[in-house]
Amino acid sequence: MKGIFNVFKKGLKKTKTALFRSFETVFSSVDKWDESTYRQLESALISADLGVSVTQKIIADIKESYSLGEIKTSEDIINIATTRINAILSSDNRPLNENPTGPTVLLMVGVNGAGKTTTTGKLAYKLKQDGKSVLLAACDTFRAAATEQLKHWGERIDVPVIAGKHGSDAAAIAYDACASAKAKDVDYLIIDTAGRQHTRQDLMQELPKILRVIRKNFPEAPHETILVVDGSTGTNALFQAREFGKACDVTSLAVTKLDGSGKGGVVVAIKDEHTFPIHFVGLGESPEDLQPFDPVLYAEAIFSKDSPVA
Amino acid sequence: MFNNLSDALANTFKTITGKSVLTENNVKEAMEQVRLALLSADVHYDTVNDFVGEVTRQCLGEKVLKSVKPSEQVVKVVHEELTRLMGTEEAEVDVSGKPAIIMMVGLHGAGKTTTCAKLANFYKNQKKKVLLAACDVYRPAAIDQLEALGESINVPVFSDRSTPDVVQIAQNAINTAKSEGQDIVILDMAGRLQIDQDMVQELIRVKERFQPGEILLTADAALGQEAVSVATHFDKALNISGIVLTKLDGDARGGAALSMRKVTGKPIKFITSGEKVTDLEKFRPEGMASRILGMGDIVQLV
Ligand SMILES: Nc1nc2c(ncn2[C@@H]2O[C@H](COP(=O)(O)OP(=O)(O)OP(=O)(O)O)[C@@H](O)[C@H]2O)c(=O)[nH]1
Ligand SMILES: Nc1nc2c(ncn2[C@@H]2O[C@H](COP(=O)(O)OP(=O)(O)OP(=O)(O)O)[C@@H](O)[C@H]2O)c(=O)[nH]1
Ligand SMILES: [Mg+2]
Ligand SMILES: [Mg+2]
Repeated sequence: MKGIFNVFKKGLKKTKTALFRSFETVFSSVDKWDESTYRQLESALISADLGVSVTQKIIADIKESYSLGEIKTSEDIINIATTRINAILSSDNRPLNENPTGPTVLLMVGVNGAGKTTTTGKLAYKLKQDGKSVLLAACDTFRAAATEQLKHWGERIDVPVIAGKHGSDAAAIAYDACASAKAKDVDYLIIDTAGRQHTRQDLMQELPKILRVIRKNFPEAPHETILVVDGSTGTNALFQAREFGKACDVTSLAVTKLDGSGKGGVVVAIKDEHTFPIHFVGLGESPEDLQPFDPVLYAEAIFSKDSPVA
Repeated sequence: MFNNLSDALANTFKTITGKSVLTENNVKEAMEQVRLALLSADVHYDTVNDFVGEVTRQCLGEKVLKSVKPSEQVVKVVHEELTRLMGTEEAEVDVSGKPAIIMMVGLHGAGKTTTCAKLANFYKNQKKKVLLAACDVYRPAAIDQLEALGESINVPVFSDRSTPDVVQIAQNAINTAKSEGQDIVILDMAGRLQIDQDMVQELIRVKERFQPGEILLTADAALGQEAVSVATHFDKALNISGIVLTKLDGDARGGAALSMRKVTGKPIKFITSGEKVTDLEKFRPEGMASRILGMGDIVQLV
């Protein structure tokens, strides 16, 4: 069994070494700090996809500390950056909402290829491991073989899937899934939806339609609307969060593919702007490759100087 | 923050209108806006630094310093330099082999499978006979996906669900294409991380065995700073022949495209902007430069 911290770190191993080295270089190569020193630090932070705005905040913090003579080693810079990132990530945290009286309904949304279907499968597996009963709804009727993909996941982790025909009405499948969730009295209903670019008004309109159907059956649902963001995405993730937030009240974030070299730093930028907590991190394609998001571990992993976990 | 570089520059120069000549400092201020605009568009920071250095040199020349509308001159210089970096001539696609082999590689979810179908449709419309080959044995329903897409455009799909041996599948697909007289075989490879040694080795084996005329790195236009690592690794391992930039129907600026082009020197050959099989176009550097700068159609401006 892999420990959470190790798995988390392993996923982020590329990040910390690169960043840490950049911070170290500032110390080994510069006697007196000037604009170009800050440029160098800025580049290091930008390289983690933290975005221009968060980066400038961190640089401002560093500048202030430097002017107060508080910076003596590269560790000091890391501490300042970590503190700021922790502050951003630790605000508005809360556990995943649960519905004590009926099924907890989770709605998965996001742009094309972000990892919604895979995260749906992994999340179902995790809940099942926790002893919960789960039902999946294949509401992506749009992309070729999307239904088959979720059915494969269902078979693999032994969780039932409600699905319809390719090209059929996604809201109708959501309706069937709600009915089935009631009849089966499951603990969780996870609804996978088609990927869509938030610029496509017509496709975005499908989401409120699905929401209406869900609420007809469970007035309080969905208990979480989870925006799935690919961790290798740059600043566009900020726009994704804004626009999906408008279309369907996003309440939670999952960031995927952090086993890659992407740092997922854009989630910090998202958190700086929105109140929804980050609940999950995707670290691979297998059922067990989903971890709860821990802001402290994340900030530590991103800046830690530990040698990479093999 | 300004979303649009022209606005940002206009604002920078507003403070100095009335003065007859621009100074070096004014240009520096303008370059700071250029730098921020490119970083916000996800251009890699190294690429940004090089670019800004080059453009600063050009802007310090007579033409900009003495111009009546310096902000427009700066925009023009920036845009021209960006277009130049994106590649000036149209990149050819090598479909000369018998059969020609096109291999699609890239990160998970980049758009490889969909682009395979789009390319098949593109060449089918040029009266070529195309075979799609399902070489992704990992992702759940990857084969179903390619088969469904093939059916929708009436292009045959080779698949073999009985073996996980990707080289063998590709071999059988190519043999089939030969015996059936197909002109082009398009290999849909599984998504993989560029840092995943084993999975990259699989690609190298396929490449070495079949020497595809085209190895196209498929990349999401919304990629962040990691685009450089992705492009560099895939290119080092496979000597890619070009890049396909996907999902341009979203609103990502696509600055990653510039960095990928810069670090690999490989042309962007196609762009895709939708999920329909017809949503594929040849790449246009000028349009991409405008997009990265967030300024619609530049031509009207200058
Ligand atoms: N390495 C890695 N791959 C992942 C992760 N999550 C998803 N993937 C892969 O990313 C690709 C896309 O994942 P999907 O789950 O199909 O994404 P999606 O958002 O449902 O895609 P659409 O429904 O087409 O919009 C697949 O190849 C997945 O196996 C992750 O955490 N790490
Ligand atoms: N909006 C939009 N979606 C696209 C485009 N190209 C691909 N997609 C979508 O992006 C998602 C992923 O596409 P795939 O073709 O499955 O990507 P892939 O690279 O084969 O994914 P893996 O095999 O899992 O690595 C799907 O939902 C596609 O419909 C595009 O140009 N625009
Ligand atoms: Mg999906
Ligand atoms: Mg694929």
